[in-house]
Amino acid sequence: MAHEEKIIDPITGAETTGHVWDETIREFNNPLPRWWLWAFYGTIIFTVVYFIMYPSWPTNLVEGGYMKGLKTITYKADSGEEVTTHWNTRALLAKAMQTDELELRRQEMVKTVAATSIDEIAADSDKSQFVLAYGKGIFGDYCAACHQAGGQGVIGHYPNLIDDAWLWGGDAADIETTIRKGRKGNMPAHSSSLSKTEITQVANYVLSLSGEQVSSADAEAGKGVFNTKGCSGCHTPTGVGMKALGSANLTDKIWTQAKVPSATDAAAKVAAVSAIVSGGIQREMPAWESRLSDDEIKVLVRYIKLLAQ
Amino acid sequence: MMKHESIETNAGLLIVLTLAAISIGGLVEIVPLFHIEGTVESVKNAEGKDSVRPYTALEQLGRDIYTREGCYNCHSQMIRPFRDEALRYGHYSLAAESQYDHPFQWGSKRTGPDLARVGGKYSSAWHVQHLNQPTSVVPESIMPNYPWLLETDLDYSDLQGKMKALKKVGVPYSLTKEEYAANTDQFGEDVAKLLDINRAETNMVEQAKKGNYDKNPAKLSEMDALVAYLQVLGTMVDFSKHDEAEFVQFR
Repeated sequence: MAHEEKIIDPITGAETTGHVWDETIREFNNPLPRWWLWAFYGTIIFTVVYFIMYPSWPTNLVEGGYMKGLKTITYKADSGEEVTTHWNTRALLAKAMQTDELELRRQEMVKTVAATSIDEIAADSDKSQFVLAYGKGIFGDYCAACHQAGGQGVIGHYPNLIDDAWLWGGDAADIETTIRKGRKGNMPAHSSSLSKTEITQVANYVLSLSGEQVSSADAEAGKGVFNTKGCSGCHTPTGVGMKALGSANLTDKIWTQAKVPSATDAAAKVAAVSAIVSGGIQREMPAWESRLSDDEIKVLVRYIKLLAQ
Repeated sequence: MMKHESIETNAGLLIVLTLAAISIGGLVEIVPLFHIEGTVESVKNAEGKDSVRPYTALEQLGRDIYTREGCYNCHSQMIRPFRDEALRYGHYSLAAESQYDHPFQWGSKRTGPDLARVGGKYSSAWHVQHLNQPTSVVPESIMPNYPWLLETDLDYSDLQGKMKALKKVGVPYSLTKEEYAANTDQFGEDVAKLLDINRAETNMVEQAKKGNYDKNPAKLSEMDALVAYLQVLGTMVDFSKHDEAEFVQFR
């Protein structure tokens, strides 16, 4: 390659770079568009400004181990004290949670709703809309994994929240305790304490309590088993269950564990109940008080009550 | 002055100068990181011990299954300090919380939700059912089934070897009496026992029995280990005991 004068190419009228190969081959000079070039210089200047304003370079040459930048953020520490620190995303989040307009409105609304009774919320369209919308988010993230998006639960695993039956009580205070502390439901397995016949008998009896058509002789025998072999201890002699133990009411037509609703004939229903009597139940609802705020739990209670209405 | 042309026509020189030019960025950005202190938060509990501990033997084996199954392809373990993430997932992840992860499971993509604080969020029974067949509890889920976790016995033949390997890269599992004593100082007696490589197997079996994660006490399955791991994620730091300002100063 040789260097010569930049000349104007006679055919195109464009300038060449002055680079010449093999005596005649020249290269057109195609400079970057001005706007592009200046934008490029702009980014370089931006980098310098950014480097100085924001946390940038990890180095022991400055105190603290990195260049913290000139920009600062002031937020309130949990202690209530105002803290001013160099710009960083953690402080930015703390500040946003304290000053952002929408966030403050959210907090205020959560607080208001948490302090309002369910009846009042149901009568107030603003509040009930907020509970339904905001509660849906919390419910969807924390509850729906088990109780399903609509609160209908899964028979055999997780209770339905939108029917009238509540294992651990269905008024606001009960539901709040359930969410706050969690619940552990435990029914012992009876496969060793009861004979196969006894299990079938007691299953017939349990089905008869809900008005299912069963063998009346078995049901009669099952009543004896129910009352003498420990069932009535938790489910009470009349079979209505006890809120304090979370033992199910066996006299309604609602099934949370035995897959009776999907059973097609009487034998299948007896088998479904027998399986539960024989294997027992162990289920657990996690405690949420360490994960959700008090007010959020209250909103959730109101959401569930609105769902169930 | 060296001419452009003489560099371009000298391949060796061109390579050397090119390498030097492209190394500058890396050197300036990466090398200082090896020399600074204070990127990892110091998080102490009420007893003045470290809140974040290395995984127990069972949890570590569960973590290995987590990586084996590629969970990180769809699930991140990194809650960023944004409002929406704070509202959905909880407190942002601390560097301290993944300091014993080798490699970390921060992930880069969320097809499923972030799992950094999934510990304690659902019951173990739920996890078992969900891993076995996700759609049985979340109908709209596109997560695949992992039915073999329940059926496969947990392979812990190389458990001590794994812990020793992790020890080599800085995870404070203990082999000697001195190391055990150091762990007692750092984490407290109860945790130090869990980090003792010599008792790894006993600890593992004990935790699996006590946790009964897969609801089948007769079998030590891969499910036991994975659920034990999932249930500890994000639970080591009790944020209600800390002032937010403590963590801000580390950034």
